[in-house]
Amino acid sequence: MDEGVFLEATNVSKHYGGVTALEDVDMGINRGEVHCLVGENGSGKSTLVKIITGVVRPESGARIEIEEEIYSSLKPIQSYEKGIQVVHQDLSMFPNLTIAENIGIGQYIEHGRLFVNWSDIKNRARKAFEQLDVEFALQTRLGDLSLADQQLVAICRALASDAKLLIMDEPTASLTQEEVHRLFEIIRGLKENGVTTLFISHRLEEVLEIGDRITVLRNGRKVDTLNKDEATKDDISYLMTGEEIEHEYNLEGYEENETLFKVENLTDGEHYKKVSFEVARGEVKGIIGPLGSGQTNLALSLFGLNSPEEGKIILDGEEVHLDSISKAMNLGIGYVPEDRLTQGVVLEQPTDNNLILTSLEQFTSSSTGLLKEDRQTEFVEEAVEEFDIKIGDPEDPAISLSGGNQQKVVVAKWVSIEPKLLIMNRPTHGIDIAAKGNIYDLISELAAKGMGIILISDEVDEVIENSHNTMVMKEGQIVDKIKSEELSSEELYNELTSSEVDIK
Amino acid sequence: MLEAISRFREKHGEILVLFTILAVTVLAIAVATGGGFLSIKFLRSMAFQLPMLGLLALAQMGPMLTGGIDLSVISTANLSGIVAALILTSMTGVPAIIVAVLGALLTALGAGVLNGFIIAIIGVSPIIATLGMMIFLRGVALVVTRGSIISGFPESFLYLGEGTLAGIPLPLIIFIGMVAVFATIIAKTPYGLSAYMIGSNETATKFSGVNTTWVKFRTYLTSAFIAGITSFIMITRYNTAQAGTGFSFLLLTVLICVLGGISPEGGVGKVTGLILAIVILQVISSGFNLMGLSSHLASAIWGVILIFALFLNKLIFLEERGNA
Amino acid sequence: MISKELLKRTEFYLLIVIVIISTVLTIITDQFLTFSNWFDLLRNNSFLGILALGELVVLISGGIDVSFTATATVAQYAMGIIISRYVGNLFLAFLIPGVIGIGLGSINALIIFFTGVPAVVVTIATLNVFNGLLQFTTGGKWIYNLPASFKNFAQIKIVEIPQPDGWPVGLSILVLFWVGAIILTWLILNRSTIGRKLYAMGGNDEAARRAGFSIFRLMLFAYCYMGFLAGIASVVQAQQNQVIQPNAIVGRELDVLAATVIGGASVFGGKGSVLGTVLGVLLLAIVRNGLILLGVSSYWHKVATGLIILVAVVVMALQRKFRSEAAA
Repeated sequence: MDEGVFLEATNVSKHYGGVTALEDVDMGINRGEVHCLVGENGSGKSTLVKIITGVVRPESGARIEIEEEIYSSLKPIQSYEKGIQVVHQDLSMFPNLTIAENIGIGQYIEHGRLFVNWSDIKNRARKAFEQLDVEFALQTRLGDLSLADQQLVAICRALASDAKLLIMDEPTASLTQEEVHRLFEIIRGLKENGVTTLFISHRLEEVLEIGDRITVLRNGRKVDTLNKDEATKDDISYLMTGEEIEHEYNLEGYEENETLFKVENLTDGEHYKKVSFEVARGEVKGIIGPLGSGQTNLALSLFGLNSPEEGKIILDGEEVHLDSISKAMNLGIGYVPEDRLTQGVVLEQPTDNNLILTSLEQFTSSSTGLLKEDRQTEFVEEAVEEFDIKIGDPEDPAISLSGGNQQKVVVAKWVSIEPKLLIMNRPTHGIDIAAKGNIYDLISELAAKGMGIILISDEVDEVIENSHNTMVMKEGQIVDKIKSEELSSEELYNELTSSEVDIK
Repeated sequence: MLEAISRFREKHGEILVLFTILAVTVLAIAVATGGGFLSIKFLRSMAFQLPMLGLLALAQMGPMLTGGIDLSVISTANLSGIVAALILTSMTGVPAIIVAVLGALLTALGAGVLNGFIIAIIGVSPIIATLGMMIFLRGVALVVTRGSIISGFPESFLYLGEGTLAGIPLPLIIFIGMVAVFATIIAKTPYGLSAYMIGSNETATKFSGVNTTWVKFRTYLTSAFIAGITSFIMITRYNTAQAGTGFSFLLLTVLICVLGGISPEGGVGKVTGLILAIVILQVISSGFNLMGLSSHLASAIWGVILIFALFLNKLIFLEERGNA
Repeated sequence: MISKELLKRTEFYLLIVIVIISTVLTIITDQFLTFSNWFDLLRNNSFLGILALGELVVLISGGIDVSFTATATVAQYAMGIIISRYVGNLFLAFLIPGVIGIGLGSINALIIFFTGVPAVVVTIATLNVFNGLLQFTTGGKWIYNLPASFKNFAQIKIVEIPQPDGWPVGLSILVLFWVGAIILTWLILNRSTIGRKLYAMGGNDEAARRAGFSIFRLMLFAYCYMGFLAGIASVVQAQQNQVIQPNAIVGRELDVLAATVIGGASVFGGKGSVLGTVLGVLLLAIVRNGLILLGVSSYWHKVATGLIILVAVVVMALQRKFRSEAAA
């Protein structure tokens, strides 16, 4: 493996209008290392990547040295020719084309090429398969593959274009634990072949597992670059946020005998099976598991969207059949979805209308059928106050709010129907630390009022600190049930990452 | 103060653009016609002509708000008109008018139910579903009429399209009434709010417990109902009913909506904008008519104005983004 | 042996439907499976068939074009004036409409690219502009006095089949233009890098941008190609009718769109094939032809066409629904 610096960036800044995205960042990436880039949302990670790949021009004064060549800014083609390849978080692939064509698509931008050389495209694909030691049917449509496999194909595409530096943007965001392991094996394999990796993630456990060195960004500035051996999770999260995460958790106790909600042997025939648990009034039940273990499908079943094949759902002592969202809602079940941007809020529409969307009947006059605007205004003012939503004009579209405030809008609209049971699926995903604290406070407040809460998460500490009881879900089954206060982060993390599934 | 102005522009930018276009158009036509444009007689003729296209555009607006489109509005109006005409020419007296009105509206609602079923329940993309429906309904109209022209409606029925109430043309009254009802529904009811929400993000709306299937279904039903109402004005205005009447208006209805600020991607647009766009169109086409210019030239100008407005909106939008 | 891949393809189902309808028509009518009927059918549908191929390319790129009927009309009229008044050159008769079509297509692409407004809206606007200006300037006058060379060309037969009753039936040379357009479009879509980039852009335009494709150039190509084929189709139509009427073509844009969609192209882009489009055109043609042969009044033709479209899109939507439910 050759040592030395592959890329050295100095004095990189970028301003958008009056907003500083990056300020005077220096960063070096060594040949053959796995370099991790961490930071909260808006810390400048993606801007830095865009500058390295030539999509965005840095302010003047920047110096980017790649393999002894010096640039003040890069063009996309220069970055490409230097062997810099990105696997985007959304993959940026073509679902309607075949696997082979997705991998060999670089052929189409070769200078002056008019006709497709199909055998060359297939050869490129086969060569990439060999390098990664994977195998796919060349003629299968990419869209027919699982997301994890599509990601492998995306890596193949990068390799087919002779990647020397592979940039992976949040590659594990939608992978199951098993798939994350496979991805890490592949990254290690690439490293042995001399490919450098820039690994961007917000999951510190993974960063510590795969990274050789870790660069931390905060508010557009580089805070530090640490060696793997000298870094701990707490150090990094301190560097990322600039504050010791000292949140005061005020989860109160609950009456164990007052069962609110009960699920018996629930099976949907595909994603989860034989799930049984109870939620008492005022209890927060944590469900943790690697992504794709069936938690979301289970949640959707409890919200009327994915009818289970077998098993019973009992609410307030009566068996219920949840076959539509409106039914679940009328029975008093609310759902804060995992994907805020596509499922949680309607970004383009006014915030006040978003807030009343779940409870339109409450704001409708029974005689005229018209919305009562004064009641809406009153309600919106109350909600903004109660949930501490930072907002300008309530009629501004929800997109003008920060991620954390958007999430508060989602929670507020569900609390407004006064549900008995509130299911929250990764409620703090992609929001900043301060807003996370607000959401945690809300959880304990709502529980104290007697609401049953199911908290689904993939963050160990979040579940331990904010729930009374934790269930571990793996491969569609509940494999463990523990009192949260008896759990330590390490234990739970180890249990999650062990590959065996044995039901206790 | 400045902030208030910029805020007004931000919220009502498209309406301002439309007002400007309208003012310029009126001025240009007034000058070109030497004032003849402003005569009572002329305004009256405009008032008789505007409602038909206006109603058809109104029918187009709902589907577009939800991010869809209804290419079958004209065929629905056309077929409903034919049904009414067939009933009117085969029966006599007041019952004939009642049966004709009911028959036409039921026909329209039938088309709306089919559209709603295929789009909201089966999940076919609106442009394709209503395209098929358009061709199908046009075919039914041909089969029912055997390609012939139906005429000879009772005077009392023609009053719908030709009469006046306190000096105001009846079609205009019908139009204003429909606009008022539709504007209220779209701006003030839970259904209207849901329709805007669906236009912007159907999944999130569904995840908020809104019955999106029903909202979409209702949208196409409403659209067809308005088309059914239009059919009375249509057949009385031409005093005949015939398969194929008004098809040149189909794409115009989409144009009017877009010029009126209703985003073809859904979720954006107000009735006010739509009305302004209809008036602009009518001023141009009536003005051209008065000047003896071809209606084809009017339709070309109309397209040019739309493209111009699109560029203008794009520029305003860019500027706003620059400020942000 | 029917593979699973085959069962997913729209073309496969179309072919089955066409074979069934054809078999039925062959059994119950004498004329359906005759050279004379098929030669007529192919000749009469060449115009639509060529236009559908242009629409296919635009749909694959993720756009849509409804202005091509106006493009064809403008191109045809300009050609008619030039060859009837100035030079009666047959080569010019094809060159002029092709060039005009490309020009008008590029206007579409420019407006769509720079305003970012959905293509359907922009092309509705340009349909009005192109057609309105043409009708205005021509006053709707027909052009009859086409040169002899133009008339003679339409009579050329590429194949002649002797008939027992004397008069041989021949396949018109006009069909060759359709065949040519089929081959050219197939080559572009399957063998050229531009065609593959068009599929890629229709599948995921952001990814196409990141892969370094010029979105503008691809859009320009798609709409210009549509314009070019509209120009060529307009000549075929003029050859067929031997008269140029400014109001003959506009109004058929949605028929062409329908044929393309039946052939499996998607209004969301990235999907569709030349084979499917040809089969879509043929299905509609055969049904119309069958109704005529069966003596069904022509009033029923649109009903049948509408029903075919509705059934086809409902079946496709249901298939998609079940597949995504099975995958979810």
